Amino acid sequence: MNMKEILTAQKGENLFLLGNEAAVRGALEAGISVASTYPGTPSSEIGDVLSRIAKDADIYFEFSTNEKVALEVSAAASASGLRSFTFMKHVGLNVASDSLMSVVYSGVNGGMIILSADDPSMFSSQNEQDNRYYARLANMPMLEPSNPQEVKDLMKYGFQLSEEFQIPILMRTTTRVSHMRGIVEVDSVNEEKRKGFFKKDPLRFVPVPEVARNMHQKLVDKIKKLELKADQSSLNKLFHKKGDLGVITSGSAFNYVMDVVEENDLPVNVLKITFSYPFPENTILEFIRDVDEILMVEEVDPVMEKDVMAIVGKYSLKKKVHGKLNGTLPLIYEFSPDIILEGINKVLGIKTNKKIKKSRKTELTLPKRPPTLCPGCPHRAVYYSVKKAISNLNLENVIFPTDIGCYTLGIEPPYEAGDYLLSMGSSVGTSCGFSKATQQNIISFIGDSTFFHAGIPPLINAVHNKDQFVLVILDNRTTAMTGGQPNPGLPVDGMGYEAPEISIERIVEAAGVKFIEIINPLNLKKSQRVIEQAIQYPGMAVVISKYPCMLIKNKGKKKNFIIEVKDDCNNCNNCLDELSCPAIYRADDYTIQIDPQLCRRCSVCIQICPEKAIGVKK
Amino acid sequence: MKPYNIYISGVGGQGIIKTSIIMGEAAMKMGKQVVMSEIHGMAQRGGVVSTELKIGQAQSPIIPESKANILLAFEPLEALRAVGKINEESYVVTNTSPTMPFNINASKYPYPEISVILEELESKSRKLFALDAIQIAKESGHILSLNMVMLGGAAAVPGFPVDKKYLKESMKDNLPEKSLKINLKAFDEGFRVCSI
Repeated sequence: MNMKEILTAQKGENLFLLGNEAAVRGALEAGISVASTYPGTPSSEIGDVLSRIAKDADIYFEFSTNEKVALEVSAAASASGLRSFTFMKHVGLNVASDSLMSVVYSGVNGGMIILSADDPSMFSSQNEQDNRYYARLANMPMLEPSNPQEVKDLMKYGFQLSEEFQIPILMRTTTRVSHMRGIVEVDSVNEEKRKGFFKKDPLRFVPVPEVARNMHQKLVDKIKKLELKADQSSLNKLFHKKGDLGVITSGSAFNYVMDVVEENDLPVNVLKITFSYPFPENTILEFIRDVDEILMVEEVDPVMEKDVMAIVGKYSLKKKVHGKLNGTLPLIYEFSPDIILEGINKVLGIKTNKKIKKSRKTELTLPKRPPTLCPGCPHRAVYYSVKKAISNLNLENVIFPTDIGCYTLGIEPPYEAGDYLLSMGSSVGTSCGFSKATQQNIISFIGDSTFFHAGIPPLINAVHNKDQFVLVILDNRTTAMTGGQPNPGLPVDGMGYEAPEISIERIVEAAGVKFIEIINPLNLKKSQRVIEQAIQYPGMAVVISKYPCMLIKNKGKKKNFIIEVKDDCNNCNNCLDELSCPAIYRADDYTIQIDPQLCRRCSVCIQICPEKAIGVKK
Repeated sequence: MKPYNIYISGVGGQGIIKTSIIMGEAAMKMGKQVVMSEIHGMAQRGGVVSTELKIGQAQSPIIPESKANILLAFEPLEALRAVGKINEESYVVTNTSPTMPFNINASKYPYPEISVILEELESKSRKLFALDAIQIAKESGHILSLNMVMLGGAAAVPGFPVDKKYLKESMKDNLPEKSLKINLKAFDEGFRVCSI
């Protein structure tokens, strides 16, 4: 499929779409005008698609500097009567949460959907927080799709609901929904174009305390009405009616439940909750009155489970509630069909049948295959130089606060340059703390996109509070880990138009940093010298390593020379041990070789070989 | 009716997701139901990549332990790592050319001998189709056509539910025109080798 088909497909056509792609189609069918995001897996492909089609679709799309800004861009568009869509990974919503709380108070004119892509089992995240709590914290309606078709349909429904109640909607997906592909039957794209106009109404849009008190009352009234709406919603639906056990489930957990129930013909009733907040109390009550026992199947936290227990308590029902809290199902990580089958069988008192087709296990212990920095990655060269500089200066116990991006992979040997990480931008803020708490040397790493996202306020903090550390800004000219989206440091924006390039160097300078050096990381000698100077500098020192990510640089083009290991090699292993580049390997005959397919000709290995045994093939 | 379950595994950069999309779209064009799961992000930096497809009646694309009808492995070590997904009735199609983990020199456990891997796969499955997909891809015109060699191999497995004709149509929709000839050749060669 060509990505453009997400825009051009006609009503009734079937497309094989990723959940994230289906979200874009749903937004187009709903007639959005503005979309904004900061890239984060598992939500990244939504932005990738929008960035490709926004011009043709005649909508505005941007990669904002961070999720809070993204939410604010969309909120203002909705206040101006346009339909807006902002989306982010689960931890991104933490960043946006300050404004999230307020936009729910003030409400919207044009419909607004905020999509949070949660990551149970942490495929690409630092935690597996359950953002269904945000619906409860902010008091806003929540929709939870289970597959790409539902993602698309709920986008359309969500915008209607948002406008009907003048409140933003929180759509929650998980990795297995965002990254699930399925057949989606599409509707027509809404081509009606709205004109944004902001009508002033300070009693609604400016939550000073006196106004906010009124707003909160209005919000509570809205939620009361929405509770009725959720209770009457056909989105909360009975799927399987058999036996005396009631299973209540949502999201991708619903898929597992249906597959194991149907394949094993289990005697259970299944209630799927899709319009999940306000929690549809009467729907639940009606369902549980007809069953003897209840099993709650949800990812990740026992959120609905506690709500169901509250309903059981409120109506003094004698119903046992099984789930995560009584150990029927595991408390953390994502589910699988096997886990669900075992859980249901436990409650039904059936022995899980592992007979007929035994799972095959190998007796061998297999070597792992962890992800790594790519061949030719400029980060590898920086880590090598930092290590060399530290050893040249005979330093010990240097602390390496790190940040979120490909360079987090620097925690692996041989670099081991990642000691402390909390969140986006935390490398700089925590360095301030280490600087005050210890006498140790501190060398901190942050990427270009992450610096724009959350690195600037803590840098100002560091200068103002006279902290001492080295901040290495790894400017690889892209947002690499999420797939190469542009950031404010590049001369292009999310629409694909030319854009002013924001200079990291000048921001650092304006923050009051006196030691600022820009290095080409592939020049090891100079890099080491600069890093040594930075470490010895009395005060904040910033080193900007500027070299493009190998995945974007000369995409498809290869330099027309080959780097090889020559006969002078004495097998000292220096390149393997200290560089650990995936292109360098030990062959079956124990000689060291460079794979010309993998090698990106960065020439770092040539510079580090003590025997000068690596060079360009003549 | 039970779905036909396809588990595909290998290493980032081998074109596994593209192959899976081609399969899924071909199944859709045949009028079949299909769901698929893929993992993006951190896994792609030289790590393990796997996708799961179910063709037929299914809500979830996740294949329970031992329930894969076919394991399609783009890399032999990854075939063995995924062996928990198959049973004695399953077919295995594997590439025999290894891609070493970047840290293999520092690894406590060595990369197993290819013959050992193939023996294990053979003993745990109904039938093993082993092919040197990298060699075949090179002979077809480009090493990157490896994934279409594997797709061709899968298409030759008895009972594989997606017709060759639809797979090729779907290849046309999903691959750049200039490399289509090489890819079709790679597909045919993979199919031929596994049909013997």
